[in-house]
Amino acid sequence: MTTVPNRPHQAVHTEFHPKWYRPKISTWWWLGRRSYLAFILRELSSVFVAWSVVFLLLMVHAVGEAPRRYADFLGLAKNPFIIVLNVVTLAFLVYHAVTWFNLTPKAMAVRFGGRPVPANLIAGSAYAGWVVVSVVAAWLVLRG
Amino acid sequence: MRRPPTEPVLWLLFSAGGVASALFLPVLIFLFGVAFPLGWITPPDYADIHGLLRNPLVALVLAGVFVLSLFHWAHRFRYTLDDGLQIKHLGLPINVLCYGGAVVGSLATLYVMVKVL
Repeated sequence: MTTVPNRPHQAVHTEFHPKWYRPKISTWWWLGRRSYLAFILRELSSVFVAWSVVFLLLMVHAVGEAPRRYADFLGLAKNPFIIVLNVVTLAFLVYHAVTWFNLTPKAMAVRFGGRPVPANLIAGSAYAGWVVVSVVAAWLVLRG
Repeated sequence: MRRPPTEPVLWLLFSAGGVASALFLPVLIFLFGVAFPLGWITPPDYADIHGLLRNPLVALVLAGVFVLSLFHWAHRFRYTLDDGLQIKHLGLPINVLCYGGAVVGSLATLYVMVKVL
C-alpha cells in the first residue's frame, strides 16, 4: 500500500512516469520547402552583413595606418577567393535589403491625415532612400 | 514566458541595424569588394580616401552603420542557430558568441575610427 504523505505540497512519487512529448525536428527541416529555404537564406544574410563590416573595417584600418597599407588592402581585395566571397556577399546584401524594404509597410503602419498611407508608398520611399544613400556614398568615394 | 528586459533593446538594435546595413552596405561592397578589384572603376587615391574618412561626420555615420550592423548580425544569427539548427538548448554559448562578438566588433570599430581621424 502506498503511503500518502502528510505534507501535501510535496511531490508524490509514483511508479508511473509518462514519456516527455518532444517532437523531433530534423536539423535540415528548412530544406523541405521553398519558403523555408527562403527564410533560412534571409536569416543567413546576417553572416554576410557581418563579413561586410569586417572587410570595410580592414579598409578603414589600412587607410588609418599608411598609404602602403591601403595599397596592401586593394591587393587583398583582388585575391580571387575574396572577390568570389564579395560577389556572394553583395548578392546576400541585396537580398537582405529587398526583403527588409518590402517588410517596412508591415513593420511601420504610417497614417497621414487619419488615413493609412498605402503600403506601396512606404516601401517605395524606402527604395528611394536606398537609391539616394547609394548615389551619395558612391559620389563621396569617387569624386576624387 | 517572461522575457528578460534586455530583449526589446536587442530587438531595437537588430531593427536599426537592418535598416543601416540595407541602406549603406550594398554600395560599399559593390565598390570596394567588386568594382575596384575587378578594375571596372579606379579606386580613390590614398589622399582622397584618407581625407574622406577623416571627416568627422563621415566617420560618425560609418561607425554607426558598422556597430548597428554588427548587432543586427548578432541578433539574427542567434536565432538562425537557435531555430535553423535546432540548438536552442545551447543558449548561453550562442548568446556569448553572438552578442559578445558584436561588442568586440564595436570596440574594434571605435579603435579603428578614432585612429583614422
